[in-house]
Amino acid sequence: MTSFVFYVFAVIAVAAAVMCIVQRSPVAAAMWLVQTMFSLAAIYVLLGAYFISAIQVLVYAGAVMVLFLFVIMLLNLGHDARDLRGASAIAAGVVVVGLLAVELVGLWAYTPARIAREASAAAGPEAARAALMAGLTTQQETAARGVVGGIAAPLFQAYLVPFEITSVLLLVAIVGAVVLAKRKV
Amino acid sequence: MLLGPALGLSAILFTLGVAGVLIRRNAIVLFMCIELMLNAVNLAFVALAQVYGIGGYMMVFFVMTVAAAEAAVGLAIILAVFRHNQSIDLQNINLLHG
Repeated sequence: MTSFVFYVFAVIAVAAAVMCIVQRSPVAAAMWLVQTMFSLAAIYVLLGAYFISAIQVLVYAGAVMVLFLFVIMLLNLGHDARDLRGASAIAAGVVVVGLLAVELVGLWAYTPARIAREASAAAGPEAARAALMAGLTTQQETAARGVVGGIAAPLFQAYLVPFEITSVLLLVAIVGAVVLAKRKV
Repeated sequence: MLLGPALGLSAILFTLGVAGVLIRRNAIVLFMCIELMLNAVNLAFVALAQVYGIGGYMMVFFVMTVAAAEAAVGLAIILAVFRHNQSIDLQNINLLHG
Protein backbone atom coordinates (compact mmCIF):
# COMPACT_ATOMS: atom_id res chain seq x y z
CA MET A 1 0.00 0.00 0.00
CA THR A 2 2.77 2.42 0.94
CA SER A 3 4.53 1.49 -2.24
CA PHE A 4 1.40 2.18 -4.33
CA VAL A 5 0.91 5.63 -2.76
CA PHE A 6 4.60 6.36 -3.32
CA TYR A 7 4.33 5.61 -7.03
CA VAL A 8 1.16 7.73 -7.36
CA PHE A 9 2.92 10.76 -5.87
CA ALA A 10 6.10 10.01 -7.84
CA VAL A 11 4.16 10.08 -11.12
CA ILE A 12 2.45 13.34 -10.07
CA ALA A 13 5.82 14.89 -9.15
CA VAL A 14 7.48 13.93 -12.44
CA ALA A 15 4.50 15.02 -14.55
CA ALA A 16 4.32 18.38 -12.75
CA ALA A 17 8.09 18.86 -13.18
CA VAL A 18 7.76 18.20 -16.94
CA MET A 19 4.89 20.70 -17.16
CA CYS A 20 7.01 23.19 -15.19
CA ILE A 21 9.83 23.16 -17.73
CA VAL A 22 7.65 23.25 -20.87
CA GLN A 23 5.03 25.85 -19.84
CA ARG A 24 5.59 29.18 -21.57
CA SER A 25 3.87 31.27 -18.89
CA PRO A 26 6.13 31.82 -15.84
CA VAL A 27 3.14 31.85 -13.48
CA ALA A 28 1.93 28.46 -14.78
CA ALA A 29 5.47 27.09 -14.44
CA ALA A 30 5.56 28.31 -10.82
CA MET A 31 2.21 26.62 -10.08
CA TRP A 32 3.41 23.30 -11.51
CA LEU A 33 6.58 23.59 -9.43
CA VAL A 34 4.41 24.07 -6.31
CA GLN A 35 2.61 20.86 -7.28
CA THR A 36 5.95 19.04 -7.50
CA MET A 37 6.95 20.32 -4.08
CA PHE A 38 3.66 19.20 -2.48
CA SER A 39 4.09 15.74 -3.99
CA LEU A 40 7.62 15.62 -2.59
CA ALA A 41 6.25 16.58 0.83
CA ALA A 42 3.85 13.62 0.64
CA ILE A 43 6.76 11.35 -0.34
CA TYR A 44 8.75 12.61 2.67
CA VAL A 45 5.85 11.49 4.89
CA LEU A 46 5.98 8.04 3.28
CA LEU A 47 9.73 7.92 3.95
CA GLY A 48 9.15 8.73 7.64
CA ALA A 49 10.46 12.31 7.59
CA TYR A 50 7.39 14.04 9.02
CA PHE A 51 9.10 17.23 10.21
CA ILE A 52 11.02 17.67 6.94
CA SER A 53 7.69 17.29 5.14
CA ALA A 54 6.13 20.13 7.15
CA ILE A 55 9.19 22.31 6.54
CA GLN A 56 9.01 21.51 2.84
CA VAL A 57 5.44 22.82 2.64
CA LEU A 58 6.13 25.90 4.78
CA VAL A 59 9.48 26.99 3.36
CA TYR A 60 9.47 25.78 -0.24
CA ALA A 61 5.84 25.66 -1.33
CA GLY A 62 5.06 28.63 0.90
CA ALA A 63 7.84 31.16 1.28
CA VAL A 64 10.13 30.55 -1.69
CA MET A 65 7.39 30.15 -4.28
CA VAL A 66 5.52 33.22 -3.01
CA LEU A 67 8.79 35.14 -3.49
CA PHE A 68 8.98 33.85 -7.07
CA LEU A 69 5.37 34.82 -7.77
CA PHE A 70 5.92 38.31 -6.33
CA VAL A 71 8.87 38.89 -8.65
CA ILE A 72 7.01 37.49 -11.69
CA MET A 73 4.10 39.84 -11.05
CA LEU A 74 6.39 42.77 -10.22
CA LEU A 75 8.14 42.37 -13.58
CA ASN A 76 4.78 41.82 -15.36
CA LEU A 77 6.09 38.92 -17.46
CA GLY A 78 3.73 37.62 -20.14
CA HIS A 79 3.91 34.79 -22.62
CA ASP A 80 7.07 35.02 -24.67
CA ALA A 81 7.21 32.88 -27.81
CA ARG A 82 11.02 33.05 -27.77
CA ASP A 83 11.26 31.73 -24.23
CA LEU A 84 12.27 28.24 -25.31
CA ARG A 85 15.68 28.08 -26.92
CA GLY A 86 16.28 27.16 -30.58
CA ALA A 87 16.26 23.63 -32.01
CA SER A 88 20.04 23.18 -31.89
CA ALA A 89 20.22 24.18 -28.23
CA ILE A 90 17.35 21.84 -27.38
CA ALA A 91 19.08 18.97 -29.23
CA ALA A 92 22.32 19.59 -27.32
CA GLY A 93 20.29 19.74 -24.11
CA VAL A 94 18.63 16.40 -24.87
CA VAL A 95 22.03 14.74 -25.43
CA VAL A 96 23.50 16.12 -22.20
CA VAL A 97 20.38 15.27 -20.21
CA GLY A 98 20.28 11.74 -21.66
CA LEU A 99 23.84 11.08 -20.53
CA LEU A 100 23.11 12.48 -17.07
CA ALA A 101 19.92 10.40 -16.79
CA VAL A 102 21.78 7.18 -17.61
CA GLU A 103 24.33 7.95 -14.91
CA LEU A 104 21.79 8.93 -12.26
CA VAL A 105 19.33 6.09 -12.85
CA GLY A 106 22.23 3.77 -12.01
CA LEU A 107 21.40 4.83 -8.44
CA TRP A 108 18.30 2.67 -8.78
CA ALA A 109 20.54 -0.36 -8.19
CA TYR A 110 21.41 1.07 -4.76
CA THR A 111 19.18 -1.23 -2.72
CA PRO A 112 19.24 -1.59 1.09
CA ALA A 113 20.68 -5.10 0.68
CA ARG A 114 23.61 -3.75 -1.30
CA ILE A 115 24.24 -0.94 1.18
CA ALA A 116 24.22 -3.46 4.03
CA ARG A 117 26.61 -5.72 2.11
CA GLU A 118 29.04 -2.85 1.49
CA ALA A 119 28.74 -1.69 5.10
CA SER A 120 29.49 -5.18 6.40
CA ALA A 121 32.60 -5.27 4.21
CA ALA A 122 33.83 -1.89 5.52
CA ALA A 123 35.70 -1.44 8.77
CA GLY A 124 33.76 0.26 11.55
CA PRO A 125 32.21 -0.05 15.01
CA GLU A 126 30.22 -3.24 15.44
CA ALA A 127 27.11 -1.62 16.90
CA ALA A 128 26.84 0.96 14.13
CA ARG A 129 27.31 -1.73 11.51
CA ALA A 130 24.61 -3.90 13.05
CA ALA A 131 22.18 -0.98 13.21
CA LEU A 132 22.97 -0.08 9.61
CA MET A 133 22.28 -3.61 8.41
CA ALA A 134 18.95 -3.57 10.22
CA GLY A 135 18.22 -0.17 8.65
CA LEU A 136 16.81 1.18 11.89
CA THR A 137 19.02 4.03 13.14
CA THR A 138 16.71 6.89 12.09
CA GLN A 139 13.61 4.98 13.17
CA GLN A 140 15.18 4.23 16.56
CA GLU A 141 16.15 7.87 16.98
CA THR A 142 12.62 9.03 16.15
CA ALA A 143 11.05 6.43 18.42
CA ALA A 144 13.32 7.41 21.32
CA ARG A 145 13.05 11.21 21.09
CA GLY A 146 9.92 11.94 19.04
CA VAL A 147 9.65 13.42 15.56
CA VAL A 148 10.90 16.92 16.40
CA GLY A 149 13.21 15.94 19.26
CA GLY A 150 15.02 13.42 17.08
CA ILE A 151 16.00 16.27 14.76
CA ALA A 152 16.51 18.97 17.40
CA ALA A 153 19.01 17.01 19.48
CA PRO A 154 21.65 16.60 16.74
CA LEU A 155 20.86 20.05 15.30
CA PHE A 156 21.71 21.84 18.57
CA GLN A 157 24.52 19.51 19.66
CA ALA A 158 26.57 17.91 16.91
CA TYR A 159 25.60 20.43 14.21
CA LEU A 160 25.58 23.58 16.37
CA VAL A 161 28.40 25.39 14.55
CA PRO A 162 26.93 24.88 11.05
CA PHE A 163 23.58 26.01 12.46
CA GLU A 164 25.09 29.28 13.73
CA ILE A 165 26.93 29.82 10.44
CA THR A 166 23.57 29.40 8.72
CA SER A 167 22.19 32.35 10.69
CA VAL A 168 25.09 34.51 9.48
CA LEU A 169 24.41 33.34 5.92
CA LEU A 170 20.75 34.36 6.21
CA LEU A 171 21.71 37.78 7.59
CA VAL A 172 24.10 38.35 4.68
CA ALA A 173 21.39 37.24 2.23
CA ILE A 174 18.86 39.68 3.73
CA VAL A 175 21.28 42.61 3.57
CA GLY A 176 22.42 41.64 0.06
CA ALA A 177 18.88 41.32 -1.28
CA VAL A 178 17.89 44.72 0.13
CA VAL A 179 21.00 46.43 -1.25
CA LEU A 180 20.60 44.85 -4.69
CA ALA A 181 16.87 45.46 -5.05
CA LYS A 182 16.57 49.02 -3.78
CA ARG A 183 16.68 51.93 -6.15
CA LYS A 184 19.54 54.40 -5.99
CA VAL A 185 18.84 57.00 -3.31
CA MET B 1 11.60 1.07 2.75
CA LEU B 2 11.52 2.41 -0.82
CA LEU B 3 15.18 3.41 -0.99
CA GLY B 4 15.79 2.43 -4.62
CA PRO B 5 12.59 3.99 -6.04
CA ALA B 6 13.17 7.20 -4.05
CA LEU B 7 16.70 7.53 -5.41
CA GLY B 8 15.39 6.84 -8.91
CA LEU B 9 12.74 9.56 -8.53
CA SER B 10 15.43 11.89 -7.24
CA ALA B 11 17.53 11.17 -10.34
CA ILE B 12 14.58 11.80 -12.68
CA LEU B 13 13.68 15.12 -11.01
CA PHE B 14 17.32 16.30 -11.03
CA THR B 15 17.59 15.45 -14.73
CA LEU B 16 14.38 17.37 -15.47
CA GLY B 17 15.83 20.35 -13.61
CA VAL B 18 19.00 20.23 -15.72
CA ALA B 19 16.84 19.95 -18.87
CA GLY B 20 14.91 23.05 -17.80
CA VAL B 21 18.10 25.03 -17.24
CA LEU B 22 19.33 24.02 -20.70
CA ILE B 23 16.18 24.72 -22.73
CA ARG B 24 14.68 27.84 -21.10
CA ARG B 25 15.82 31.42 -21.62
CA ASN B 26 13.69 33.11 -18.97
CA ALA B 27 15.91 33.83 -15.96
CA ILE B 28 13.10 33.31 -13.42
CA VAL B 29 12.09 29.92 -14.84
CA LEU B 30 15.78 29.02 -14.78
CA PHE B 31 15.84 29.77 -11.07
CA MET B 32 12.77 27.58 -10.59
CA CYS B 33 14.60 24.73 -12.31
CA ILE B 34 17.51 25.21 -9.89
CA GLU B 35 15.00 24.91 -7.02
CA LEU B 36 13.74 21.70 -8.65
CA MET B 37 17.30 20.30 -8.64
CA LEU B 38 17.75 21.24 -4.97
CA ASN B 39 14.48 19.45 -4.17
CA ALA B 40 15.70 16.34 -5.95
CA VAL B 41 18.89 16.38 -3.88
CA ASN B 42 16.80 16.79 -0.71
CA LEU B 43 14.79 13.72 -1.68
CA ALA B 44 18.01 11.71 -2.04
CA PHE B 45 19.17 12.91 1.41
CA VAL B 46 15.86 11.97 3.05
CA ALA B 47 15.82 8.55 1.36
CA LEU B 48 19.38 7.75 2.48
CA ALA B 49 18.68 9.06 6.00
CA GLN B 50 16.44 6.01 6.46
CA VAL B 51 19.55 3.84 6.31
CA TYR B 52 22.45 6.05 7.33
CA GLY B 53 20.97 7.83 10.34
CA ILE B 54 19.55 11.24 11.06
CA GLY B 55 22.44 13.28 9.63
CA GLY B 56 20.63 13.30 6.29
CA TYR B 57 17.83 15.39 7.79
CA MET B 58 20.38 17.92 9.04
CA MET B 59 21.75 18.24 5.53
CA VAL B 60 18.23 18.84 4.19
CA PHE B 61 17.89 21.72 6.67
CA PHE B 62 21.05 23.36 5.47
CA VAL B 63 20.17 22.82 1.80
CA MET B 64 16.79 24.49 2.41
CA THR B 65 18.44 27.44 4.15
CA VAL B 66 20.94 27.93 1.35
CA ALA B 67 18.14 27.58 -1.23
CA ALA B 68 16.07 30.28 0.49
CA ALA B 69 19.08 32.64 0.68
CA GLU B 70 19.95 31.89 -2.94
CA ALA B 71 16.39 32.58 -4.10
CA ALA B 72 16.27 35.92 -2.26
CA VAL B 73 19.61 37.17 -3.57
CA GLY B 74 19.09 35.74 -7.06
CA LEU B 75 15.68 37.35 -7.48
CA ALA B 76 17.11 40.67 -6.26
CA ILE B 77 19.80 40.38 -8.95
CA ILE B 78 17.12 39.59 -11.55
CA LEU B 79 15.21 42.73 -10.46
CA ALA B 80 18.37 44.83 -10.84
CA VAL B 81 19.05 43.34 -14.30
CA PHE B 82 15.45 43.99 -15.36
CA ARG B 83 15.75 47.61 -14.30
CA HIS B 84 18.97 47.91 -16.30
CA ASN B 85 17.81 46.57 -19.68
CA GLN B 86 14.03 45.96 -19.39
CA SER B 87 14.35 42.22 -20.07
CA ILE B 88 15.24 39.04 -18.24
CA ASP B 89 15.85 37.06 -21.42
CA LEU B 90 19.27 35.47 -20.96
CA GLN B 91 20.13 36.23 -24.62
CA ASN B 92 20.05 39.94 -23.77
CA ILE B 93 22.31 39.66 -20.73
CA ASN B 94 25.62 39.73 -22.57
CA LEU B 95 27.60 42.59 -21.07
CA LEU B 96 30.52 40.22 -20.42
CA HIS B 97 30.40 38.83 -23.96
CA GLY B 98 33.52 40.76 -25.11
